[in-house]
Amino acid sequence: MIEQLGSIALRVLSANGLLTAFACVGCVMLAANALSRHLTAGRIHGSAIAIIIGLAGAFFAGTVTGGEKGVADLPILAGIGLLGGAMLRDFAITATAFEVDVAHARQAGLLGFLALLIGTVLPFIVGASAAWVAGYTDPVAISTIGAGAITYIVGPVTGAALGASSDVIAISIATGVLKAVLVMVVTPMVARFIGLNNPRSAMIFGGLMGTVSGVTGGLAATDRRLVPYGALTATFHTGLGCLLAPSVLHLSLLAIMTM
Amino acid sequence: MHNPKEEHLPPGDRRSVIVGVALLAACTLVGAIAGDALGTVLGVKANVGGVGIAMILLIAGRIWLLRRGLLSGGIRLGVELWGALYIPIVVAMAAQQNVAAAVRGGPLVIIVAIVTTALCFACVGLIGRAASFRPSTGELPATGEVAE
Repeated sequence: MIEQLGSIALRVLSANGLLTAFACVGCVMLAANALSRHLTAGRIHGSAIAIIIGLAGAFFAGTVTGGEKGVADLPILAGIGLLGGAMLRDFAITATAFEVDVAHARQAGLLGFLALLIGTVLPFIVGASAAWVAGYTDPVAISTIGAGAITYIVGPVTGAALGASSDVIAISIATGVLKAVLVMVVTPMVARFIGLNNPRSAMIFGGLMGTVSGVTGGLAATDRRLVPYGALTATFHTGLGCLLAPSVLHLSLLAIMTM
Repeated sequence: MHNPKEEHLPPGDRRSVIVGVALLAACTLVGAIAGDALGTVLGVKANVGGVGIAMILLIAGRIWLLRRGLLSGGIRLGVELWGALYIPIVVAMAAQQNVAAAVRGGPLVIIVAIVTTALCFACVGLIGRAASFRPSTGELPATGEVAE
C-alpha cells in the first residue's frame, strides 16, 4: 500500500513538473532565508544562499546522473528545467525593470552612469583576461566568463545569447554568485575606507558592484538607509550588462582576438 | 479562517491583472525579436541585448500608462509578481547548470571573483572621493524594503 502510494506520488509529481518546481524552489528559498537569519545574522543575503544551494544540488545531481542539466536530469525535478529555462528567466528579468523610477535614476546623474559603465566593462575585462590565461580560446566562452564577472544574471544571459556550453555558463554563474557573496560580506568591513556613508556614494557603489543581492545585502549590513540608493543604480546594471556583454563587449573581444 | 485585515483587489483591478502579464509578455517577445534581428544585422547569429531592449520597452510602457492614469493595481500586480519571482527562477536556473563540469574550472572562478570585487571596491573609493568635492544629494529618507 505504501509502495503504491509512493509510486502514485512520484507519477503526480513528475506529471506536474512546473508545480513540483515551484514547491521545491519555495522550500529552498525558505530554508535559505532561515539560514541567512540564524547562521549569518542576515549578513549573507538569503537569495545568495539559495543560489548556492541550487548550484550544489546541480553538482550532486550531475555527479549522480552524469547528465548536463543538473537537477533537471532527475525525472521528478524535470520541471526545474522549465522554471529556470530561458523563457521564464527572460520574462522575470524583464519584469524587474518595472521597479526602476526614471526620475530617481536621473539623480544619479553622470557619476552613476560612469560607475555603471566602469562596473560593466572592468569585470568583463578581468573575467575575459583570466579565462584567456586559463586556456580558453573560444571567444564565446571567454565572453560568457567575462560576463559572469559582471553579475550572475549577465553571465548566463550572455552565454545563452551567444550559444555557450553549459559548463561555461555554470562557471560564469559561479563567478557571479561568489562576487555577490564577497560584496555582501566585505562591504560592511570596508565601508569606512571607501567613504560609503552617503546617498551619492551608495549610488556609485550600486552601479559599480551591480549585483543587486550583493549590493542590497552589503548595504543593509552597513546602513539600511543606503539600500534604496544602491539598489537604484544596481537595477540598471544587469540590464546594461545584458545589453552590452553579448553585443558591444563580445564584438570588441572578437576584434581584439582577430588582430 | 478569514483574516478581517486582508485586502483583496477590487474587481476592476482583478480583471486587469492579465493586462499586466500580457504587457510584460509583449515587451519580452518584442525584445527577443528585436534582439534576434539586431544579431542578424550585426552578423553574430545570436540574440543581441533582447532582454535589455525588453526592459527599456517595459519602462517606456510604464511611463506611458502612468501619464494617462491607466496604471492600475491589477496591471502592477501582473508585472510585479514576475519581478518578485526573479530570484526563485534564478535559483532554478542555477540548479540546472552543468556544475559538475564547472568544478574543473574551480580556481578560475575564485580568482576572477576576488580580483573583480577588489578592483570595483577600489573604484568606488576613487570615484566617491572625486565626487565628494560636490555637496551630497541631501537627507537620507526613511528605510524602504528593497527586494531583488
